[in-house]
Amino acid sequence: MLFYLLKRIGLAVVIVVVAVVLLYSMIHVVPGDPASVILGPRATPEMKQELHELMGLDRPFVVQVASFLGKVARGNLGMDFFSQRPVAQIVFKQLDETLVLVLASIGWAMLLGIPLGCYSAVFRNTFSDKLVGFFSIGVIAVPSFVVALYSLLLFAVTLKWLPAIGAGEPGQYMDQLQHLILPAFAIGLGWVGYIARLVRASMLEVLNENHIRRARAFGLPEHMIVFQYALKLAILPTVTLLGTGIGRLISSAVFAEIVFARPGIGKLIFDSVVSRNYPLVMGAVLVSTVLFVLSTTISDSVNAMLDPRVRERL
Amino acid sequence: MNWTKQFFYRLYREPMGFFGMILVALVIVSAVFAPFLTTHDHNALDIANRLAGPSAEHWMGTDQLGRDVFSRVVMGSRIAVWVALVTVSMSLGIGLVLGMMAGYGPKWLDAALLLLFDTLRSFPTIMFALALVTVFGPSLQTVIIVIVATTFPVYGRMVRTQTQALGNQEFIVAEEAMGAGMVRILGIHILPNIVGPLFIVASMDIPVVVTIEAGLSFLGVGVRPPTPSWGSILNDGYAYIRNTPWIIIFGGLPLIVTTLGFTFLGESLRDIFDPKLRRDL
Repeated sequence: MLFYLLKRIGLAVVIVVVAVVLLYSMIHVVPGDPASVILGPRATPEMKQELHELMGLDRPFVVQVASFLGKVARGNLGMDFFSQRPVAQIVFKQLDETLVLVLASIGWAMLLGIPLGCYSAVFRNTFSDKLVGFFSIGVIAVPSFVVALYSLLLFAVTLKWLPAIGAGEPGQYMDQLQHLILPAFAIGLGWVGYIARLVRASMLEVLNENHIRRARAFGLPEHMIVFQYALKLAILPTVTLLGTGIGRLISSAVFAEIVFARPGIGKLIFDSVVSRNYPLVMGAVLVSTVLFVLSTTISDSVNAMLDPRVRERL
Repeated sequence: MNWTKQFFYRLYREPMGFFGMILVALVIVSAVFAPFLTTHDHNALDIANRLAGPSAEHWMGTDQLGRDVFSRVVMGSRIAVWVALVTVSMSLGIGLVLGMMAGYGPKWLDAALLLLFDTLRSFPTIMFALALVTVFGPSLQTVIIVIVATTFPVYGRMVRTQTQALGNQEFIVAEEAMGAGMVRILGIHILPNIVGPLFIVASMDIPVVVTIEAGLSFLGVGVRPPTPSWGSILNDGYAYIRNTPWIIIFGGLPLIVTTLGFTFLGESLRDIFDPKLRRDL
């Protein structure tokens, strides 16, 4: 197990390093002065000069990448030349907002998806099971940004039940909660389907096992068997899914943040793309990549701990 | 019953697949015959009639430049279908070649390619796209590069696993003993054995790819105006959402139809042809 852990963590580190190199070398692929590429049309000659010195753009490429890697390892993601603040500070300030949104989305999706999946498994092959299946595939398929736009149109613009844009006044929790509902709905809807299908599939497997048959033989009521005995085992694949799902969650958070004009890492990246501020884009993409690699590593390791067969596969 | 008849019969028996097939047919017909279906020139400006509601003249209303939304939606299906075809076949091709190389080649190559697959898969797609766009500028090519770069590793990994499994089987070992070259073994013996399930996975990737293209165009970093994409129609509508909801409604509808259609069809295809492929997702 220790060997597996070391190998898995090593792989994660290598992936992050390759990602950094890839993001960094992209600016050198485009013809022209890298400083102009990085800073875009708004840059003044002084800014370019400063960037040249700071990043050592006249040094050989390998040296540049190595020194950038060294900085990243120490948590220094460079400077934002337009606001004169460190990139790491700007990115981590926005990260909280995105994490709150992502957690709220996945939270309600689990609250609805797990019972739906259990229900489907218990009443398998009935009409309502098929209906749940149909609903699950449907919500998985529809793009989250279309859900976001339609719900913005219906609940905020037409019915005016909920606020349309922003994240609410800081400190006023009711206000912030109201602003959270629509974006979290848009991101979470597809996950309700995912989780319901996954829980149904693994629940069906677990319900056939011997210890469940034994519980039945003892005459325990069905709801107790499902929720107290079977669910504990059937929930495991869902936990794994959440680990690998962080990347997709962050991607859909980008859309939700832009549609609902919420602050967050997605909005930050988008705004930096529009103003062509590459250091900020690179920093934010890096942070979200690290987040993703971290969560897949954790979920893989948990899986390997529970299932020895996984250990041999790496 | 012959093969095609049986296929359509089974699809017909499966209501979800049948429904999916109708939706997919709708999208494909509209993409192929787009120029004959539009009621107006999709790029013709009519400023006097800008942001007009749905009417007999403009079935889905007009946008902020007075362009007919219905015609733009119909023409938009061409971009969606085209991007889906190009990216999925490119990913499939690259994934096949690299995956077979990893599965059959020397150990170091396998390790290197696996690392490449895992790294590319670990970028959140949209983030990766936005980083590329900052450097290369928004264009259809950038969209295609991003989609291919993030989807081919999935095929690559699948092909690798299957090639490895096949490589140890007796008929391959026998071929090797008779002195067959790598190209012959991979092309004639391994490829036909692994290509079936790949096509099913590819068909299930189409809605994902359509979503990415529309999403990037919605963000304004995909297909360049004035080319109509469903994403850019939504982007136009988003700015006027308070007073002219029809642009958003009709711009989102084809996306829902396409993603639902291909997903339902793909699910049924998988159940019909390869129930073993039924992963938990």
